[in-house]
Amino acid sequence: MLKYVGQSALRVDGVRKVTGFSRYTDDLKLSGMLYARIKKSPYPHAKILKIDTSKAEKLPGVKVVITGKDVPIRVGLYLEDKTFLAIDKVRFIGEPVAAVAAESEEIAEEAVSLIEVDYKKLSAVFSPLEGIKPDAPLIHEDLGSYKHASIILPQSGTNISNHYKIRKGNTEEGFKEADFVFENEFYVPHIQHSAIENHCAIAQVDPEGKITVWAGCQSPYTVRRTLATAFNIQLNKIRVISPAIGGGFGGKAGTTLEGIVIPLAQKANYRPVKLSFSREDVFTNTFIRQGMHARIKTGVTKSGRIVAEENKFYWDGGAYTEYGVNIARAGGYASTGPYDIPNVKADSICVYTNHPAGGPYRGFGMSEIHFAIEQNLDIVAHKIKMDPLEFRRKNALKDGGRTVTGQVLENVGFVECLDKTAKDIEWDKRVKKVSATKYRGKGIAGMYKAPSMPNNVGSSAIVKINEDGTVNLLVTAMDLGQGSDTALTQIAAEVLTIPISQISIITGDTDCTPYEWQTVASRTIYCCGNSIKRAAEDAKNQMLKLASLKFGIPENDLELKDGQIISKNYPDKKVKIADLAMGLTMPDGSGIHGPIIGRGAFIPPDVKDTDKETGQGDKPVAFWTFGVQAAEVEVDIETGEVKVLKVAAAYDAGKAINPELVCAQIEGGIVQGLGSALLEEMKIEEGKVLNPSFVDYKIPAIGDAPEMKISIVEVPEPTGPWGARGIAEPCMVPTAPAIANAVFDAIGCRINSLPITAEKVLKAIKEKKK
Amino acid sequence: MKHKIRFTINGEVKEIEVQPNKTLLKMLREDLDLIGVKEGCGAGECGACTVLVNNKPVNSCLMLAVEVDGKEILTIEGLSDGINLDPLQESFLKHNAIQCGYCTPGMVMSAKALLNRNSHPKEEDVKEALAGNLCRCTGYKRIVDAVLDAVKKGGGK
Repeated sequence: MLKYVGQSALRVDGVRKVTGFSRYTDDLKLSGMLYARIKKSPYPHAKILKIDTSKAEKLPGVKVVITGKDVPIRVGLYLEDKTFLAIDKVRFIGEPVAAVAAESEEIAEEAVSLIEVDYKKLSAVFSPLEGIKPDAPLIHEDLGSYKHASIILPQSGTNISNHYKIRKGNTEEGFKEADFVFENEFYVPHIQHSAIENHCAIAQVDPEGKITVWAGCQSPYTVRRTLATAFNIQLNKIRVISPAIGGGFGGKAGTTLEGIVIPLAQKANYRPVKLSFSREDVFTNTFIRQGMHARIKTGVTKSGRIVAEENKFYWDGGAYTEYGVNIARAGGYASTGPYDIPNVKADSICVYTNHPAGGPYRGFGMSEIHFAIEQNLDIVAHKIKMDPLEFRRKNALKDGGRTVTGQVLENVGFVECLDKTAKDIEWDKRVKKVSATKYRGKGIAGMYKAPSMPNNVGSSAIVKINEDGTVNLLVTAMDLGQGSDTALTQIAAEVLTIPISQISIITGDTDCTPYEWQTVASRTIYCCGNSIKRAAEDAKNQMLKLASLKFGIPENDLELKDGQIISKNYPDKKVKIADLAMGLTMPDGSGIHGPIIGRGAFIPPDVKDTDKETGQGDKPVAFWTFGVQAAEVEVDIETGEVKVLKVAAAYDAGKAINPELVCAQIEGGIVQGLGSALLEEMKIEEGKVLNPSFVDYKIPAIGDAPEMKISIVEVPEPTGPWGARGIAEPCMVPTAPAIANAVFDAIGCRINSLPITAEKVLKAIKEKKK
Repeated sequence: MKHKIRFTINGEVKEIEVQPNKTLLKMLREDLDLIGVKEGCGAGECGACTVLVNNKPVNSCLMLAVEVDGKEILTIEGLSDGINLDPLQESFLKHNAIQCGYCTPGMVMSAKALLNRNSHPKEEDVKEALAGNLCRCTGYKRIVDAVLDAVKKGGGK
């Protein structure tokens, strides 16, 4: 019987947050603090001829001015293609070319305006479809010499930084078997994470050269490693501390500002340097979600079985694709969505453009590809006159089914998610016309997602038992709002059989909390959760050994229950955790063992590389999460406005460690997905972002939120803690295609690019009438 | 030239000198260390910096500090007495109406302003009152639930 896992415990960080007590990076005020500003490129692609910083240096109050030559080492997570400041050329509008640290933000701002840069403009690339042409201007001439992870395949002498291929079965033969073949194209624009907290970083260097960085970051250890490479410094000489994080969604997964404040701090005579980004800076100078063009060709039989599919995804990676290359890879190995198709040819291609750098965004490519896949599926279903829900059920991945990499799946809850969602949206009931101008429709979309990460990255946890039997749990998985601090504490509580209130979770300090690769990929509950379970079990086993010595009873007769170790056969033989916490005191007064510290580590088992030419592999990912959403919309055919009335969702969480927090995540994902469906697009013209503010780039407000009905399916993942899988990213993936499919159901028009604006809807209605 | 202003902040009278171009947000955060007040956009678009001035919600990033001369300000720090939470805060906790927590202070203050002027708001009133407070995490449903539940528990007085 589980006591803490599976309970909807209240958030352990809740009181700090409702009182405004939580400290985010920009809230930190250190004595002697200097303030930084960056000088940005006005051109999308240009050679830097000369930088003159002399006037800025002479401005009173200016302490440090740096340029690219101060930070010359290239870094990157999967492909080392960027420097923190541009060196010989700039590749997007806004790219930092110099930085200043001064006594105040105002002085830093003025100093930046005094820096003079001479450029020579170069031809630029503004679309991946242009970028792949043989005569396209090269954005990274030295791509062939960049270091990269073995799973990434850059093509030297081109703008292609990764090309992931799937060759499963034989599509030529497959299309011959098909009764119908359909081809469709889709486009997904750039969007921005829009966490309400803007990015901020502080660095200070002590007299021994040790660097401390404070930054709200999803990945303190990966940030530390990237910085160590960039500044050629030992890992023990950098400490990364993450204060509270005001939302991330992938936008705080990389290393950006940290690499600018460090070189400033190194010359600031031990004074701390803070760089706070404005909302506009966040739009142009932090990761954005990549744009994507999709082409899908589908072969289907009369009976509704998809027999072949050819997919092409062209990713607008932006100026630097250190992270984006892996999004293209994820798009490749998930390229048909959660369907079992025998013959698949897919090409997922990441292309450099002169746009702001693309990077991880909640869903990691899955929202983009599923917008195409799930609308395509709907189109095909309607063409062959089959119910879209039935068509999905028929082609769904089920136990024993094979993904596009050839992996055989078990424990698949997808059909159950389809059925639950269909029931909650009342799929079989339709009220189409509610007035002369208002039409309603329902649409459904499925999804799957796996953590996209290197195969061998690890997690670790430390369980320190305090003198009074309470526990400090140390991990570096970060709570960006998703509730991991709470759910991870529940995991420790379950093993140690003590209340959540007796455990304090401490995160985010590379000098104190143990290694965690990153808080990304919806991997935390699974990876970090497993490491905590092992750490707590380790602490428990140490105490069982001591209790066994104390009572002269074999360990297998002892159990940990409600915070004490007790004999199964002699229940009067019991000892509290507190009495073993510092070791065991023997009858003669001597002590043995010492303080109890549990350690746990975890790497997902048996995850291996796929074949470079075919993308085939038995287990390319740790686990798959499946989910479904259905939307009901109302379309005003006079104004083109789409209103989402209701969204039903079902996700297979394997085991919901905290069901209420799982539902809260799904609700948040739905509304974020709704934003991408109806409102959000970064308007970029000739490389310039035209709408870098919440006035011109609208995200959903409270009035946009639809009625939501959430179901949790629990088909356990055998390698997850109590069967748990990650759900945080999957919950925004199918929203946009479900809404697009509902719009079609309402008015018979397909909008195959996001966002589905009133303008596009009206135009489609007009064209349909012709 | 700095201006001397006098105001009541979270029940305490303060007198300070501020630059005429300093925003209320900057004064609260930089001069008074009331860092529960958050900046999300600096342009009145997100509501994270909402505080009450004479019981009305304002985006403190859009108001000049000199404008609060002679007025009464309430920030998230003044909402509870340090021992007992405000019923709204209790309700936000209970309903999991919080995720990253960054919009929470502004959201709670806007809700507080609503309850000050309307002790029995309906769902539409809550949505109208919080229309200027952006949250990227929660999907808003639990925030609406939390405010309505606080009303039920007498939070509106």
